[in-house]
Amino acid sequence: MNDRYTNRELSWLDFNYRILSEARDKTNPLFERLKFLSITSSNLDEFFMVRVASLKDMVHADFNKKDIAGMTPKEQISAILDETHEFVNLQYSTYNRSLIPALKNEGFIVIDKHEALNGEQKKYVDQYFDENIYPVLTPMAVDSSRPFPLIRNKSLNIAALLEEKEELREKVENRKKERENKEKENKEKDGKKEENKKEKKPVLEFATVQVPAVLPRVVTIPSEEEGQTTVILLEEIIERHIDKLFMNYKVVCAHPYRVMRNADLTIDEDDAEDLLKEIEKQLKKRQWGEAIRLEIEDKVDKRLLGILKEELGVNDNDIFFINGPLDFTFFMKLYGMDGFQKLKAPKFVPQPNPAIHPEEDIFAQISRGDILLHHPYQTFDPVVDFVKQAARDPKVLAIKQTLYRVSGHSPIIASLAQAAENGKQVSVLVELKARFDEENNINWAKMLEKAGCHVIYGLKGLKTHSKITLVVRSEEDGIKRYVHLATGNYNDSTAKLYTDMGLFTCKQAVGEDATAVFNMLSGYSEPAGWNKLALAPLWLRDKFEHLIRREIHAAQEGKEAFIVAKMNSLCDREIIDLLYEASAAGVKVDLIIRGICCLKAGVEGLSENISVRSIVGNFLEHSRIFYFHNRGYEEIYMGSADWMPRNLDKRVEILFPVEDEKLKAEVIHILNIQLADTLKAHVMKADGSYEKLDKRGKTALSSQDYFCKEAKERAAALKNNEIQHTFIPMSERNGI
Amino acid sequence: MAVTRFAAINIGSYELMLKIYELTSRKKVRVLNNIRYVMELGRETYTEQKISFETIEKMCDVLEGFTKIFEEYQIHDYEAYATSGIREAENAEIILDRIKVRTGLNVKIISNSEQRLLAYKALTMYPEEFEAFSKGNTAIVDVGAGSIQISILDKKNIASTQNIKIGSMRIRELLLNLSENMSHFDILLDELINNDLQTFKRMFIKDKAIDNIIATGEQITLFTKNKDTGEFNRLMTTEDFMGRYKMLGSKSHAEIARELQVTREQATILIPCARIYGRFIEVVGSKKLWVPGTDICDGIAMDYGIRKKKVSGKYDFNADILNEVRGISKRYKGNSAHIQFIKEIALQIFDETKKIHGLSGKERLLLELAAMLHDCGKYISIHDAAECSYHIIMATEIIGLSHREREMLAEIVKYNTVKMPAGMNLTVIKLTAILRVANALDRSHKQKMSDCRLELKGRELMIHTKTKEDITLEKGLFVDKAEFFEEVYGIKPVIKQKKFLH
Repeated sequence: MNDRYTNRELSWLDFNYRILSEARDKTNPLFERLKFLSITSSNLDEFFMVRVASLKDMVHADFNKKDIAGMTPKEQISAILDETHEFVNLQYSTYNRSLIPALKNEGFIVIDKHEALNGEQKKYVDQYFDENIYPVLTPMAVDSSRPFPLIRNKSLNIAALLEEKEELREKVENRKKERENKEKENKEKDGKKEENKKEKKPVLEFATVQVPAVLPRVVTIPSEEEGQTTVILLEEIIERHIDKLFMNYKVVCAHPYRVMRNADLTIDEDDAEDLLKEIEKQLKKRQWGEAIRLEIEDKVDKRLLGILKEELGVNDNDIFFINGPLDFTFFMKLYGMDGFQKLKAPKFVPQPNPAIHPEEDIFAQISRGDILLHHPYQTFDPVVDFVKQAARDPKVLAIKQTLYRVSGHSPIIASLAQAAENGKQVSVLVELKARFDEENNINWAKMLEKAGCHVIYGLKGLKTHSKITLVVRSEEDGIKRYVHLATGNYNDSTAKLYTDMGLFTCKQAVGEDATAVFNMLSGYSEPAGWNKLALAPLWLRDKFEHLIRREIHAAQEGKEAFIVAKMNSLCDREIIDLLYEASAAGVKVDLIIRGICCLKAGVEGLSENISVRSIVGNFLEHSRIFYFHNRGYEEIYMGSADWMPRNLDKRVEILFPVEDEKLKAEVIHILNIQLADTLKAHVMKADGSYEKLDKRGKTALSSQDYFCKEAKERAAALKNNEIQHTFIPMSERNGI
Repeated sequence: MAVTRFAAINIGSYELMLKIYELTSRKKVRVLNNIRYVMELGRETYTEQKISFETIEKMCDVLEGFTKIFEEYQIHDYEAYATSGIREAENAEIILDRIKVRTGLNVKIISNSEQRLLAYKALTMYPEEFEAFSKGNTAIVDVGAGSIQISILDKKNIASTQNIKIGSMRIRELLLNLSENMSHFDILLDELINNDLQTFKRMFIKDKAIDNIIATGEQITLFTKNKDTGEFNRLMTTEDFMGRYKMLGSKSHAEIARELQVTREQATILIPCARIYGRFIEVVGSKKLWVPGTDICDGIAMDYGIRKKKVSGKYDFNADILNEVRGISKRYKGNSAHIQFIKEIALQIFDETKKIHGLSGKERLLLELAAMLHDCGKYISIHDAAECSYHIIMATEIIGLSHREREMLAEIVKYNTVKMPAGMNLTVIKLTAILRVANALDRSHKQKMSDCRLELKGRELMIHTKTKEDITLEKGLFVDKAEFFEEVYGIKPVIKQKKFLH
């Protein structure tokens, strides 16, 4: 192990462990635990498809560059696989030993082995199979004339070994014999061969069938006892009827399996540059679609496994033997089932923002001063309204926005289209390269173009990750610009789940910068400089370096110096080194990092002044906030960038300051609450592992719950206030 | 409050530029948008003498994008200029036509001196700094992609100006392929520009101490940026600048790009640009440096603002032109008393006959300049003064005059004394006629009629004088000039000398 840095993949796996620990945490409502388990499963899929695939690419290209922790790609893959095997074991023991019994206690039966069905259930399931499943199945057998089919990435399948049935074989053989007898007279030499054939074992054939993705994975069936809910998984129903698919064969064995492929269209951006060069140099093609993980039932027939292994070309370590159902993402579906409210956390409704009156003109409100937004505790509506009002405001000349990931029926997109139809100049930057969202993005980009919006696709080679909206308004005194800047995407659905911050402002300096941002994104030259914003890739790294160095200088002069930074990932070597330098100088560094962290915290002689905590809760921590003490002239920044090389060097990211004193105080309050979290914070120990805080002697505090409660209280206080105002009689008010 | 929006486009040899301005009745100019697109037209023009079809189409695409931004700000008034990148291209006319057809934009080609005047006018966006910096001896150094313009301000006005055809892009093309090594680069650059700078110093600066330098253009502002705060250090001592300049030392392009927070491509232009400034400071020496960050578009906007009375136009740019020409006249040993006399008479005639010739202020200025330079050719040859004057003027840059204006000036001066061929431009004819009359009134170069008064009476232009001197020579030679004047204006100039009883 490297003394200074943690490998980012292993650090990521650690993060997935933290989520898994939430699934294991009995203080969480049962269905929430299922959801966490489901998340660990989909996370792991994405991790393999992107990161492990990328590492495999490197191995194929003989690319041996060591990572920050000094590991070669080969070493990393090996460490990841070892770690993942353990992780998967823990996932399934959590499922089998903890969640399934707990569900049963609550009268919720999950049948993951069709053999466990009772008579009535069997009848139900059989009928369901005949009516719903059978018609959409496409079984595929493999023999010399039919090659091994392409098993789709991430799809769930059932593999079977088949043996021709006796009667059929007999028939065929009898016919053969007859023919052979006729020939026997002429060819006596063949006698020996015939004997050989007779001795040969029955030939086993391989067949596979995809569990159709169009059908629900979870099927509710009649329960044994009243008040119970019983579900069975789709693949179990198919497995039960697998012989119906191969009529003239005897099914020797059948097992569900799942293949993960290196199917990402592009090389992961984190590695792209070096790797691409290397591949070009070596003139080696990437092995498109190469299988990188095989999940299969643990009691699998050895012969069947042998065939799969050979056909898919996977190594032993790539095979995961699963003691339970494959692909836990179906728990998300269970979570979505009606009822079971008591097994879920109470649903939180985002609260009105106390600084914004929804009935009043948003531009007038922003003109009175900057407004801070804290999602999902506060509603995302003002952001949607901002665009909506701009679309119909006669004074608005232009609307410009960056869109990275948006929801399916985005009201923002509808408003942008509306604005274009109203004759406004609408420019939308659509990032097509948003991972896994490409197709979705292309669709609404086309729709916006149709409506008359000017759709731009960003800069070549740079993902546009920044989140910014600019509204240009022609007012009495001239042009005035209104800007919304955020840490999260313009996605009203995820804004209910991700914790993010936003800022409305109409400060001229920011407006000018925002204009320059869009010029740049439209392909025009970078401006010479910026008033308030700091942008990646050209300027952001320097900005952070300056901010951190300033604290170091202060500490060296014996002044108080500290940094509080919250982000999703930290794996940039330069920044980590700088933070170590800061720690050595005596700067107190508190980091709130949800996911990957390659920095080692609290290591003597390296980072004793640095703490790292990760908050894993019902909402996905997503905001990036940076707080620098600056000799008492505190500075706060927020933005779209993590401290990762990709954010700092290969993306268009924006860091913006929060300058209003009141808002600064609010952000500091938010950070302080997160630093005080005792329930959902996992703290990094000197050895790099994470542990929940010892709660003894401390106030139990979940920062996310706290913010929910606070948002409700503030909204209620506002409402009460309004009511009071409404009911003060005129006479009283006028002092009559 | 009345708010006007205006757009300025400049098609330069390094980049296409669009700036949107807001002019308010408070006489404030605000830049609403500043859009640049790097398109190195100069690269083709300087080497191939023309611009390829592909490049023209690409340029039209970008300009079309500019017109979209017009819509965004609901722009109705704009000016679009093109400089040497197109001016020096053989297919310039075709390019302008293509732009018109594809984008609807009317683009005008401007001469170097017009361009420099605009760059100069741009400085008035910052009246306070401009005021402070134009006290004393100030050099305005404008390093463009194609050439460098150095102008010397002497008591507020431009005294002299010189164009050196080595710009940052030309240098890059010449040198960067030769050397990646910075110290080597320095030597090569020295060899390229030092000679020109030394000559300039010898000719125009002489022993004068240059107090201030104004470094215009946006490129160089990148060099004044504080990397940490992102702020520009627009006013600095030349010492500061040289400190930064020396820091470039032997760094590679990539390192410098990182240091200055620019792309590598930008750095390849910025580095030669900074080197030129550094070299200039070394050669002339001076204390203070102002890097206003203004560009030609700002000049276009100020020009528009002054014309539309949207900004205070108290600054008189004609004074600069006159000052420059005074310098030229002095250089060629013009007879100042004679010039002064002719100038006054010529302007009197111009003003008196305004209703007849219908010419405006710009032409009046040309006449004044013609009077000032009318005998500069004598410096070279008394015998062939007309032709020599013509060539001197055509070879001398005068900031503020277009190429055509300078040509007209040269023609007026030339045909002041030699026979005019048929088919000349009417303005040239009209102004020449006036200059000839004025010149004839001081044939003896003794300013005998310095008291003369003009009066337009019917079809006669009466020139009253009470001089007691013998003006036989003037009167005798006057007839010829008067005839030409009469041919042009239908008015006969007549000298009326008050009779004195001896």
